[in-house]
Amino acid sequence: MKPARCLKASACLFMLLASSLVIPTVAVRAQQPSSLTVQQGASTATGVYVIRNARIVTVSGPLIEQGGILIRNGRIEAIGTVNAPPDAQVIDAGGLTVYPGMIDAGTSLGLVEINSGAPGTVDLAEIGDTNPNAQAITAINPHSAHVGVTRAAGITSVLTLPRGGLISGQAALINLDGTTPREMAVVPSSALVINFPRVVAATGGDFFSPPQPLNINEAISTRDKQVGQLRKLLRDAESYGRAQDAYARDPSLPRPDQSVVLASLVPFVRGERPVIFNADRETDIRAALRFADEMHLGRAIIAGGDDAWKVATLLKERNVPVILTGVLDLPLREDDFYDTLYANAARLQQAGVHFCISTGDTGANVRDLPFHAGMAASFGLPRDEALKAVTLYPAQIMGAADRMGSIEIGKLANLVITDGDLLEARTHVRFLFIGGRQIPLVSRHTELYEQFKSRQYQ
Amino acid sequence: MIRKLAAILLSVSLLGAARASEPPTPQQRVTETLIRNATVLTVSHGTLQNSDILIRAGKIAAIGQNLTARAGARIIDATGRYVMPGIIDCHSHTMVDAINELTYSVTSMARIRDVLNPTDVDLYRELAGGVTTINILHGSGNAIGGQNVVVKIKYGRPLEEFIFPHAPPGIKFALGENPKRTNFPPVPGQPRRYPATRMGVAEVIRDAFTRARDYRKGWEEYRARVTRGEKNLIPPRRDLQLEPLVEVLEGKRFVHAHCYRADEILMLIDVANEFGFKVRTFQHVLEGYKVAREIAAHGAGASTFADFWGYKIEAYDATVYNTAMLARAGVNVSINSDSDERARRLNIDAAKMMRYGDLSEDEALKLITLNPAWQLGIQDIVGSIDVGKDADLAIWDGHPFSVYSHVETTLIDGEVFFDRQQDLARRADVERERARLEQAEPNRAPAQGGGTPPPTPRDKRTAYGHDDDLWDGGDEKR
Repeated sequence: MKPARCLKASACLFMLLASSLVIPTVAVRAQQPSSLTVQQGASTATGVYVIRNARIVTVSGPLIEQGGILIRNGRIEAIGTVNAPPDAQVIDAGGLTVYPGMIDAGTSLGLVEINSGAPGTVDLAEIGDTNPNAQAITAINPHSAHVGVTRAAGITSVLTLPRGGLISGQAALINLDGTTPREMAVVPSSALVINFPRVVAATGGDFFSPPQPLNINEAISTRDKQVGQLRKLLRDAESYGRAQDAYARDPSLPRPDQSVVLASLVPFVRGERPVIFNADRETDIRAALRFADEMHLGRAIIAGGDDAWKVATLLKERNVPVILTGVLDLPLREDDFYDTLYANAARLQQAGVHFCISTGDTGANVRDLPFHAGMAASFGLPRDEALKAVTLYPAQIMGAADRMGSIEIGKLANLVITDGDLLEARTHVRFLFIGGRQIPLVSRHTELYEQFKSRQYQ
Repeated sequence: MIRKLAAILLSVSLLGAARASEPPTPQQRVTETLIRNATVLTVSHGTLQNSDILIRAGKIAAIGQNLTARAGARIIDATGRYVMPGIIDCHSHTMVDAINELTYSVTSMARIRDVLNPTDVDLYRELAGGVTTINILHGSGNAIGGQNVVVKIKYGRPLEEFIFPHAPPGIKFALGENPKRTNFPPVPGQPRRYPATRMGVAEVIRDAFTRARDYRKGWEEYRARVTRGEKNLIPPRRDLQLEPLVEVLEGKRFVHAHCYRADEILMLIDVANEFGFKVRTFQHVLEGYKVAREIAAHGAGASTFADFWGYKIEAYDATVYNTAMLARAGVNVSINSDSDERARRLNIDAAKMMRYGDLSEDEALKLITLNPAWQLGIQDIVGSIDVGKDADLAIWDGHPFSVYSHVETTLIDGEVFFDRQQDLARRADVERERARLEQAEPNRAPAQGGGTPPPTPRDKRTAYGHDDDLWDGGDEKR
């Protein structure tokens, strides 16, 4: 599974390709990403539901030992003592528990069906180093088998990140329901994804030969050049935005050239939308934070974060959140303690760093999300924090906590109803709502089970 | 060179200094151990509350209440804790320096035993997940791969002590995309290797067993003539490739066959029937659910992933209900890792089978203990908590099927090879030692006045890799 490993490595092969950015000089009408915003909820919501007699883990507020939830127009309309309207479908959840749907903020779900052997199904990484205008939302396959498999495990929303290069593109925050990417979108252009350059002390290498060690000074200089490349591009985008604004105010000015690449960067360099820096090692996290400061990026996010516990004080001070994708990765170094990554989340939490937990997987294994949080909990993260790390915290980090991440009036009705603790492997999901729609708990896996079980049991 | 030597000497002396001040090592040999007042998941005969386990000479000597031990015995208070048999991983590539001998399609002469590295730190990480025995397999690049080895994770001991005594020998077979080499670049300068289709995979195996059958016949004829007293006979030339296959034909070597698709599973059953041998386990076997009846009728076990799927085309027609469907059809099923990472959390992978297919707790426990023990032919030695069996045990701070639990202590043959409290107690010393080593002149980078450039950072190893396809261990271990 070399490809999969490669995809997740923050820098990897693409960084080694010395291709340079070619900015199209043809005047193309810039697509303003904000125009992609859609109103999720109203378009897909159907029906009025009342869940009653449930134990309700609101996550943001107190636990309700027994109560109801009214769902209407795709949203949570009432919580607690709820009278069922005459048109409501009633679900008796006696003995069951309602949780907000889980959110994985570090996936590429929908961009790849089969990593190896089926390149036609892989839309993860564009050619070249800098693709800020590559938008995940344009290529997410709503009919991927991963959608059904993942949501049936109680994960109702994911952030889908493009991969590869220095700037991979724009990530999309989606609900795992909808027949078109736009129906799935909660925030179509949710964040810019940058693989922060790091010192790669080896180069080349393929299936048959290991990479050759590089002179360390060369490796450092390569890294610095890549940072310079990023800096220049972001500054160009600032200038581009100013020039376009000036021209819009005063059409008598010379008309500036249009660029899809630079236009796509404008909201990010202006701090209107977050920038995700993939960085795992301490030096790279610190360098990314310095870079974000230097470029005045208002909303930087670190993703990966294997060494984040070593940078906790600074992360807290700068109020930079971390999407931890490595709880279940093997420790980076041979002499790391066996539980270094298991305990990473607990250490961040103790230091007051804002974080969430993600699988970091491209799709098929996103359903493992609760077990990543569970492992963090068994190594020091309080259980309620582990639950928040896969519900409220990713929603907050992605700026969508007004719509998801907890059970509150007015939020999208993304709800999971279980017969036990949400993070436990033995627990069964009994009912599922996304955007107020009841989702049947079927997937490619249950379909194959149904198709073949009778053959085995005859 | 001299600088390197100096670095090694320095690190050895520092390690020595740190060790001298440590508490007794976890692996100190103790002849008797009493685990007190635990919840005991025996796997073979249910769950016992508030029970003791007495260990003598590495074996489980007694299970019950109010047991007593001789003076000087190690006492482990397991109040509030859970004891289960050490986890057995039926598909591992940990501690190998090479995985695939890819030059031929039949490499039955290659032995994993020859490439073991007992200092691989991933072994310790697996112990910390409660794993005590692993089946180290050759990779899946060849229709007939190399010979496996079953080891106990006696981390810190000489390699000889790792080898599982009396475990039947085995061999790796592989079907489908990997022996076809369809997902891999061609070897530069070489023509494509036969086979390139599943038809060819079948014929490679049939050809090898045809040759092995002839070879065996040659030896039988030779021995018969020796018995008849004939003189001046020339024995057949020994063939190290065919000898292991003769052992398969004679039922003395287990076949562990990597496979995915239902058709290739049926193919191997047909070939096995043609030559009169049994497949001991189908490995991965993600489409096993489609032919569970046939697998059960053949008598093979199935060693599969709990829910790892979709990473290539032959892993796409998968269902997480595979385990349950195979088990319900009467197949002996185990959950394996094929990954140094997943091996650390096989307890959770087993627990998932209570969610997907509603296995009972005991059925799910067997997936990582007694069932893989049977698949490796060591079910009378390990795999459950019974008197007379090896004292390979994992002690958890909660139920091992809870995500909130972790291992406190792992014992093999009654000795402690992992103990969380001792691990925690050592950390300050280790940190100091690391800091000293990093400051030592030979270990400083040239820019800081030292002589050694920093090592190549290791690639990040994520939760969803698997090792079977690797050219060799160097990819992963650098």
